[in-house]
Amino acid sequence: MTSAPSAAPEAAPLQHAHGPGSPVPVQTRSERFASASHADFPPVTGRELEWRLTPVARISDLLDGALDGAPFPATVSPAEGVRVEWVARDDARIGSAGLAEERAAANAWSTTEQALVITLTAEEAVTVTVDRTAPDATPRAAHTIITAAPNARGTVILDHRGPARLTENVEIIAEQGSDLTVVSLQEWDDEAVHLSSHFGRVERDARLKHVVVSLGGAIVRVNPSVHLAGDGADGQLLGLYFADAGQHLEQRVYVHHIAPHTVSRVTYKGALNGEGARTVWVGDVLIGRNATGTDSYEQNRNLVLSDGTRADSIPNLEIETGEIAGAGHASATGRFDDEQLFYLRSRGIDEQEARRLVVLGFLLEVVQKIGDADLEARLLGLLEDELAAVEVV
Amino acid sequence: MSTLEIRDLHVSIETDQGVKPILRGVNLTISSGETHAIMGPNGSGKSTLAYTIAGHPRYTVDSGTITLDGEDVLEMSIDERARAGLFLAMQYPVEIPGVTVSNFLRTAKTAIDGEAPALRSWIKELKGSMEALRMDASFGERNVNEGFSGGEKKRHEIVQLELLKPKIAVLDETDSGLDVDALKIVSEGVNRVKENTGLGVLLITHYTRILRYIQPDFVHVFVDGRVAEEGGPELAERLENEGYDRYLTGSTVG
Ligand SMILES: Nc1ncnc2c1ncn2[C@@H]1O[C@H](COP(=O)(O)OP(=O)(O)OP(=O)(O)O)[C@@H](O)[C@H]1O
Ligand SMILES: [Mg+2]
Repeated sequence: MTSAPSAAPEAAPLQHAHGPGSPVPVQTRSERFASASHADFPPVTGRELEWRLTPVARISDLLDGALDGAPFPATVSPAEGVRVEWVARDDARIGSAGLAEERAAANAWSTTEQALVITLTAEEAVTVTVDRTAPDATPRAAHTIITAAPNARGTVILDHRGPARLTENVEIIAEQGSDLTVVSLQEWDDEAVHLSSHFGRVERDARLKHVVVSLGGAIVRVNPSVHLAGDGADGQLLGLYFADAGQHLEQRVYVHHIAPHTVSRVTYKGALNGEGARTVWVGDVLIGRNATGTDSYEQNRNLVLSDGTRADSIPNLEIETGEIAGAGHASATGRFDDEQLFYLRSRGIDEQEARRLVVLGFLLEVVQKIGDADLEARLLGLLEDELAAVEVV
Repeated sequence: MSTLEIRDLHVSIETDQGVKPILRGVNLTISSGETHAIMGPNGSGKSTLAYTIAGHPRYTVDSGTITLDGEDVLEMSIDERARAGLFLAMQYPVEIPGVTVSNFLRTAKTAIDGEAPALRSWIKELKGSMEALRMDASFGERNVNEGFSGGEKKRHEIVQLELLKPKIAVLDETDSGLDVDALKIVSEGVNRVKENTGLGVLLITHYTRILRYIQPDFVHVFVDGRVAEEGGPELAERLENEGYDRYLTGSTVG
């Protein structure tokens, strides 16, 4: 496997990661402190490893404030072989895929009154769209559990719109032999703030395709962590983001290879355009002691379209076993490839159109991996709108 | 009838070691229907000439002129040159991730013609050209040049030549890296376009084997940034036998 030069691993400053008041540096990603209780996490200063790249001053209501824990609006498209229910917070399924690892997630965890549970049961592939439109900017909490029963197949699209201020947790369980795709699509209004922790557990011979598409919103932070828990589990994590002026789009990805013969592919691509367009990608891959014969590759690429932007791209790879099939990472942030532009323009395509094609092509590489024609067409449309709104120079 | 005229062209590039002059007074005239072969040692500036005609921003024209039917080519942007009827088949075609061949070709055709081609005839034309160049229809859905073999990239260049119908085409080592069959397919493609559209061709090559398929009317020996000698097809044969030694006296070539 190839490995391109990348940023140094995030240095771990002394902080609370091992638990309140125990300043032990993080040794291994899996040892990070987790709790369902807001009070277990000290107030956020913005210097923490977890928060140092996030504009924390603008999200204090979600970190510290009282949240509305009533069910977050969700309209689920009816489909054959799909169970949809709202369950109480003491439901046994809550917490089965993970637990909050930071203060905003814990705030949501301890406030949410009911969780939305979507269970796919059919082997015939289904697509479920969950329309989540925030009615106003009230700070809210939410908890969602998406499960594919053994051998079930299907796609769940979480479609976000409106002026939300939302902190939430999403648990995703792909049971043995299942094939589950979960898409979190952020089409929020310009002023929206969305902090989301996803916890995935993939069982034996199951496959999870996890897709994060962030286009709208002022601050959007979607952090998927996926645990490849069963032998042969497969995790494909895709991400696509387009930050315009003043937008902060962040994604902290974590893949934990627990079982042997597990495979992961992480591919995140983003474009930045306009003064203050800001993106953060952190990709942690941990190959555990027992995860022999695993194969992992993670990459993040950013295309910078204007001055005044900033993209952080930080891959980390931790390997605890000597017997792996492959592990690599790549990270690159750059401007337009002049040779690509020259090639297109030498075929008569004008500069603006050539740039549009290159940006779209750059991002479509991820879209092409989703494998759902309807969704791909829809994303293409959204990206074209996004591009039409910018004078790409 | 079109004519591309290059007069006393001097071109340099910006390098880490400073400005480096590469073309030192090139004179060439290519008209519709004519085929000119350019042969010359590595580093003599052949690709520089090709890129300069196409308008690549890396090259600075210090003096001299390029005109197409009297119009100042050097005043035109890259895409204006293409729309004016110039075409460059590149020595190293670049990959464009996420842009499919069919989307690319349709976009280019629309740009060159100033209007979208009628769908039905376009599909037929595209299919015909791909078939003639032995490119499977599945290439249409692949990303431009991505994962193409060297020979496939070259055939893709000729598909573009055939579809975009330029007045004058520069083929920069289109024959390099082609196997015997592909060389024939590509040559037939160029000849077909010449016959159908009266294309003028500037063919840059190191080998006479392509000149057996594409007959040159003129052969230019390119050495150290300028044309050192001109002649007919027989000059190519002599170069093949004798090499460039006789032109290199006293000068060093990179
Ligand atoms: N970016 C660059 N930096 C430094 N030198 C360059 C650069 N581009 C071209 N050159 C130099 O310009 C000269 C001419 O190069 P050019 O590619 O035009 O040669 P060529 O005749 O096409 O060679 P070949 O037969 O190998 O294709 C060479 O000496 C080359 O090293
Ligand atoms: Mg060359």
